[in-house]
Amino acid sequence: MIDQRILKELRGIVGKQHVLTAPEDLVAYSYDGTFAEHRPDIVVRPDSTEQVSKVMKVASREAITVVPRGMASGLAAASVPIHGGMALDTCRMNRILEIDEVNFAVTAEAGVITQTLADTVTKKGLFYPPDPSSIKQSTLGGNAACNAGGPRCLKYGVTSDYVRGMTVVLADGRVLKTGGKAIKNVTGYNLTQLFVGSEGTLGVITELILKLLPLPKVARTAKAVFPKLADASRCVNAILAVGITPATIELMDETTIATIEEAMHLSLPLDVEAILIIESDGMDEEAVVQEIETIADICRKTGARDVDVARNEKERTALWAARRAISPSLARRAPNKLGEDISVPRSAIPQAVAAIKEISRKHDIPIAIFGHAGDGNLHPNILFDKRDPVQMEKVKRAASDIFGVALRLGGTLSGEHGVGSFKLPFLETDVGPIFVDVMTNIKKALDPKNILNPGKVVPGTAPGSKELLDW
Amino acid sequence: MIEELESIDEDMENEPRSAWEGVEGPTREDVNYCIRCGLCLSVCPTYQASLRETESPRGRVALVAKAIEGELDLTTNFKDHMYRCLDCMACNEICPVGIKPADLCLNARYAIHQAVGEPPFKPILFRGVFPRTGVLESITKPVAWYERSGLRKAANAVGATRVLPSQLRDMERMLPNHLPLRGTRHQLSDVVAATGERRAHVAYFLGCVQGVMMADGCKATIEILAENGCDVVIPSNVKCCGMPMVGYGYQETAREMARHNIDVLMELNVEAIITDCATCGSSLKEYCHWLADDPVYAERAETFAAKVRDISEFLVEIGIRPPQGAVEARVTYHDPCHLCRAQNIRQQPREMLRAAGVEFVEMVGADTCCGSAGTQLITHYHTSVQVLESKMDKVAATEAEIVASGCPGCQMQLSLGVKRRGLPARVVHPSQLLAQAYRKKK
Repeated sequence: MIDQRILKELRGIVGKQHVLTAPEDLVAYSYDGTFAEHRPDIVVRPDSTEQVSKVMKVASREAITVVPRGMASGLAAASVPIHGGMALDTCRMNRILEIDEVNFAVTAEAGVITQTLADTVTKKGLFYPPDPSSIKQSTLGGNAACNAGGPRCLKYGVTSDYVRGMTVVLADGRVLKTGGKAIKNVTGYNLTQLFVGSEGTLGVITELILKLLPLPKVARTAKAVFPKLADASRCVNAILAVGITPATIELMDETTIATIEEAMHLSLPLDVEAILIIESDGMDEEAVVQEIETIADICRKTGARDVDVARNEKERTALWAARRAISPSLARRAPNKLGEDISVPRSAIPQAVAAIKEISRKHDIPIAIFGHAGDGNLHPNILFDKRDPVQMEKVKRAASDIFGVALRLGGTLSGEHGVGSFKLPFLETDVGPIFVDVMTNIKKALDPKNILNPGKVVPGTAPGSKELLDW
Repeated sequence: MIEELESIDEDMENEPRSAWEGVEGPTREDVNYCIRCGLCLSVCPTYQASLRETESPRGRVALVAKAIEGELDLTTNFKDHMYRCLDCMACNEICPVGIKPADLCLNARYAIHQAVGEPPFKPILFRGVFPRTGVLESITKPVAWYERSGLRKAANAVGATRVLPSQLRDMERMLPNHLPLRGTRHQLSDVVAATGERRAHVAYFLGCVQGVMMADGCKATIEILAENGCDVVIPSNVKCCGMPMVGYGYQETAREMARHNIDVLMELNVEAIITDCATCGSSLKEYCHWLADDPVYAERAETFAAKVRDISEFLVEIGIRPPQGAVEARVTYHDPCHLCRAQNIRQQPREMLRAAGVEFVEMVGADTCCGSAGTQLITHYHTSVQVLESKMDKVAATEAEIVASGCPGCQMQLSLGVKRRGLPARVVHPSQLLAQAYRKKK
């Protein structure tokens, strides 16, 4: 609990109406995009770097746990205040400060919604590529803190590839500025990238300088249906081998296809093991059209039964309809889902899918697999009802087995969702004790009082005995 | 068997009690499938105005879930959050799972109303005033007099309204320019005959806000119905459609209104029941759901609801007779939530405007809520004004001289927005523009 004296001080910093303690507000700030929940003791909503700095000075002095958050659409319970304390909401800091059309850079506050930034720069003929599926309901700060990806990563990379500089408020309230608009910068450690993916455990990101690209003028999409999953995988490798890097290659497996079909009736084939949706983009229409035709050709040669190429925007939207239907369809099948996020070497996709199917059979719990075939990032989604303890037990075991598969195939736990509290128990197995030791030392150096988002990402930082989120 | 039942009973006792235990209200089924993706935040006007999770659809779903689970009490605070929703239904439309957060809020209001009762002013308003058209008219008389007497003009001329607190001043500015001193009800004929070849026999449903505030709009709607070959019957004994009661948790009173209106209108034996109020239209069409469990009225309500048409919907169905005149003005259109989302009527009002010969300019974000939601300017002034201001940015960008909207609530709110900005625009019902085009030939 936060005592009256501190409450008064915080109200003085951010304004009375931006310090929330009513039970209703604490409930609303108790969750993210997962099923995890725990109420904070207080919600503080600053409007500037200066206010964040003052708030952190108070928190540091009083040793109050602080969990920074944006719009809370994360999928690893990284922003859920599982140990209570202060939820630090950055959404009010939502100004785009400068668009530099010459240097292809944008400076924006952490609370800017990613879609808003993308739309704003698009109007100037510029392009901000990271496109997490939560693009309309996630912030730049949150995307950077969790190093969000998205379908376009194959060609364009993830959020970290676009962060050139940052303003970060440290645990003690000091304001650190890193990087800048200069493209080449080796002056000192690359601290910018240290904070990317730190999930609010090392500092509070309040401002970002982001790299932009020229806006591609044309996009063409193809959908290919594969009776055999192994052929779909072979197809992906064949496309990349001829030197084509499509913007996206999205994969859905037969369970996913069946689930979509059951909910949405999009006339998808039910007798195939995989569907690929491939998109090519670029500046020159002729080149893009030629590229997608080559891709369609490769699909047919590697065993695709049907290949559709969209000739216009309407057909393109229709092809993407199946991909967009995944999430809602899964939700209609079961009240809860655990969306895993393993990443494996591209060539290991068929083995990974086969192994996960076996896990689903073994634990008798449905798992739908889809993901980004081009970069080996798979989303096995375990479908369940959290009110049933028997199912919960199965979910835990299945999740653990899925991580095992990823590691056995030379992959990793998380491609783009982050560790949060969900993957923490499995972290050391993946990265090893030395890695954990280095992380622990970095955490101690930057947050000696362990007030910033404890119990996330870094093992052993949970206060008290409660290491893990109680499912 | 009995043992089994007993053990179930024991289990039930151990479960925390729902905040609205024993009364009708939202259930676990309504909230369980929320995956908390947060997509609804991207379209919610109250979230965008406040950037506060508690004012978002996802937040409200969580609040309702926790009330059901017995973890939140029905405090004043809780109630207020349920009443902050503008019921614009943008969340209903975007939710990938099919949760309807806006409906959930209305249902929660009903549950709260039953479970903990209400402050005394509300039963007076929702049982005593709104259901009785005469009472409603007599209340607005002093306001009409304020305008007619020239006092309003004088007060504004000398700047007397500036001394009002901002909320009262905005409420004053919301009043239309020509309030009828006598209820519109008493000014309208009972029957208006079709012009030219007779195409249909219809009833005009006179809504409360139209009746009290928007006489010009009502007359225009009846006029264009006649111009389009309709014999129009205008029953003066209809009551409020019931939406305000549903909005404030008085479902029982709303059902009484529904039964009364069905009795009155079904007796007329008309082919269609026409309304020019988006909200009335959506309620009248919902009567079949409101009365689905009513053994006497369920079937009649179905037949009734099938006859209900918004004026734009009806005219497009029968084909608009091209007027000889045209309205020469740059016009934009604001989609009322109760037309575009509640009734899926989007193109028809635009067709009416095109038929009127206006220079039509589409507004970016035409279907975002204006913040009116009936009474939000009174109950949640700051949010309502913030939502309005964001809407006015979009209106101003169109540089339209006229903003048309098929909902009296939206019209009043947008009029206020225009005045707050000092925009050189006026706000009308699409019927008024079409009527103007018909009049020009004469």
